[in-house]
Amino acid sequence: MIRFGVLALAAVLALGVSACSERTQVAEYKQGTYQGKPDTPPYQGAPYNGDRAAWERAEATRAQAQNEYKRINR
Amino acid sequence: MARMKFLCDAERCIECNGCVTACKQEHDVPWGVNRRRVVTLNDGKPGQRAISVACMHCSDAPCMAVCPVNCFYHTEEGVVLHDKDLCIGCGYCFYACPFGAPQFPQAGAFGVRGKMDKCTFCAGGPEPDGSAAEFAKYGRNRLSEGKLPACAEMCSTKALLGGDGEVISDIYRQRVTMRAARGTRSGPPWGWDTAYGQGGKS
Repeated sequence: MIRFGVLALAAVLALGVSACSERTQVAEYKQGTYQGKPDTPPYQGAPYNGDRAAWERAEATRAQAQNEYKRINR
Repeated sequence: MARMKFLCDAERCIECNGCVTACKQEHDVPWGVNRRRVVTLNDGKPGQRAISVACMHCSDAPCMAVCPVNCFYHTEEGVVLHDKDLCIGCGYCFYACPFGAPQFPQAGAFGVRGKMDKCTFCAGGPEPDGSAAEFAKYGRNRLSEGKLPACAEMCSTKALLGGDGEVISDIYRQRVTMRAARGTRSGPPWGWDTAYGQGGKS
């Protein structure tokens, strides 16, 4: 009888302690994937018609126009 | 090609707001929306500087991380764009953005927010390039015409640089070297670490 009482007490204590446990409250973040319409690369249409290299050359030339050290030939 | 980036040289910006005007004019941006703004730092104090701020098209964009409808995407050139057909105008991206880039037009009475609008690096959006639908929603697609963002290209002092990250960082590096030769110090470009990682390397 005493043994049963001890076991019951241990079970109640274990149950009581388990209530003190805490589950993580922070949601696991998952990177979402784009759900919208697909976009085409900027060199797809006219005037480049898919010629990526030509488009990149045009962009690089254009970017260098922002360097006035080159514009004033220094 | 590396990736498209903006760089604002605070030593050169004269706060003329030409970039703001160019952007509004180029994209027919509605009243109350400013895709680009000029911000004064240390106003009225010694060392006052001005910087031109818009979406920096971050490498690890916080707006993309918080969007509940996943309407953001990175183009292969590193430009952060979004699909307005999907945007619900919740404003999470505005709170997440370190540059205050997302803008919300008033869509109706009682201050109802419309769909988010932001700088597109003049790359349009997910509509056919150069179409009327693309212009109406996102503005002109200058990148598909082989041009660079209007704000950077028309900047009179060339304080604002836009384009391939490697090219514009080379231009800035050259400036810093020239200034150092004259005994003037320049700090790292404003916002680069925040947008493109430590040292602007990503």
